[in-house]
Amino acid sequence: MSTWRIARLIAAKDLRIELRSRVVTNQVLPFAALVMVMFAFALDNDAVLTRVAPGLVWLATMFSMLVLVQRTFAVESADGALDALQVAGVRPGGIFLGKSLALAVELAVLEVVLLIAAVVLYQADVAGSGVVLLVATFVAATTGLAFVGTLYGGLAAGAKGRETLLPLLMLPVVAPVLIGATRATEAAFGTNGATSSEGWPWVGLLVLFAALFGLGGTLAFGSLIDE
Amino acid sequence: MEPVVHLAGVVAVLGGFPVLAGADLRVERGEILLLRGPNGAGKTSLLRLCAGLLPVERGDATVLGCDLAADRTAVRNRVGLLGHANGLYADLSVADNVAFWGATVGASAEEVAASLDRMGLSGRLAPVPVSRLSAGQRRRTALACLVARRAELWLLDEPHAGLDAAGRDDLDATLRDAAAAGATVMVASHELERAGALATRVVEIVGGQVRE
Repeated sequence: MSTWRIARLIAAKDLRIELRSRVVTNQVLPFAALVMVMFAFALDNDAVLTRVAPGLVWLATMFSMLVLVQRTFAVESADGALDALQVAGVRPGGIFLGKSLALAVELAVLEVVLLIAAVVLYQADVAGSGVVLLVATFVAATTGLAFVGTLYGGLAAGAKGRETLLPLLMLPVVAPVLIGATRATEAAFGTNGATSSEGWPWVGLLVLFAALFGLGGTLAFGSLIDE
Repeated sequence: MEPVVHLAGVVAVLGGFPVLAGADLRVERGEILLLRGPNGAGKTSLLRLCAGLLPVERGDATVLGCDLAADRTAVRNRVGLLGHANGLYADLSVADNVAFWGATVGASAEEVAASLDRMGLSGRLAPVPVSRLSAGQRRRTALACLVARRAELWLLDEPHAGLDAAGRDDLDATLRDAAAAGATVMVASHELERAGALATRVVEIVGGQVRE
């Protein structure tokens, strides 16, 4: 089977598992919303909240993504399914792309909820010209995060103490996404007088990041999950 | 005719410990081979090596015509390994699991349905999530996945564990059918009476070596 067909098969399976288990809707989304509310309690200042809203959205996304990544590999390792995928000769690049695709869909749902929370709780506002920039930022950042999450989730899947190892490995790597996505979202929101044109170079960085980790992950995933 | 499995002086190491120490074995097409031996003798390692999961440190190892020392991944989509774990997704139904594993080799809906039917899973159990099944029912589901994957070499580690009497009979019948259809079966088991009656040949693994 081609890598792309395998990717579609794996993504459909992962999304079906999430639809059946409802872990994303019943646990991850409420967790992300709670993080946003806690930020509001901690800062307790409308002006400050509006100014830092873009950063808080992406911080909450990354904290929640840790839960999503651990979940997506827990279903593979619980009953030896990752081993079985290897024995079945399923192309590792297809597994990587499929799991990344499913994770990206879950992240996109999460980000929509966080964006709505930012508008409601922090009075964040998107100007008309910022909508395209905002969509481009979310697509590029989500793609990059999904690739990194899948790559490092696969790396930590067979390790002892993987629950604590994953954040240690992954958070430093996604720092460029946090910075780039925050700056681009600030430009889309018009935070501190920023204009849309200031956000596009950051989107370029996000696209480069996604391309590098997408290519690297597709090539290296087999070695990572192999014994 | 070329043997399905041919091992000559194979050494395999896991975590610095030699799990196979000069193993020699020849398995012909259509055989049902029972691997017996004490715990830690190397039965599971031998199965994992034949599945291309364990690297060959030294010696010659050919499975289904693939040289494992040169490329152990080439054989993987032609073998089916059922180890201590079942390789199932707990939140998916029995039918979804079998359909997924069948789809990895392009199995049709009819083939998936036949696999479910063969293991007695096509009725009320088909839509049940695996998380709600008994250990024996999970084992049967895992075997149905192997049937759907059309494996040429079946590598089974304690396949009777957790199965009730009916499940054991279904399993034995399935393995005999598979062998009659040209598949080759290697079974590692401590249940010598049950597996011995099923096998066409028995070998013993001791200290990482094979004794006829």
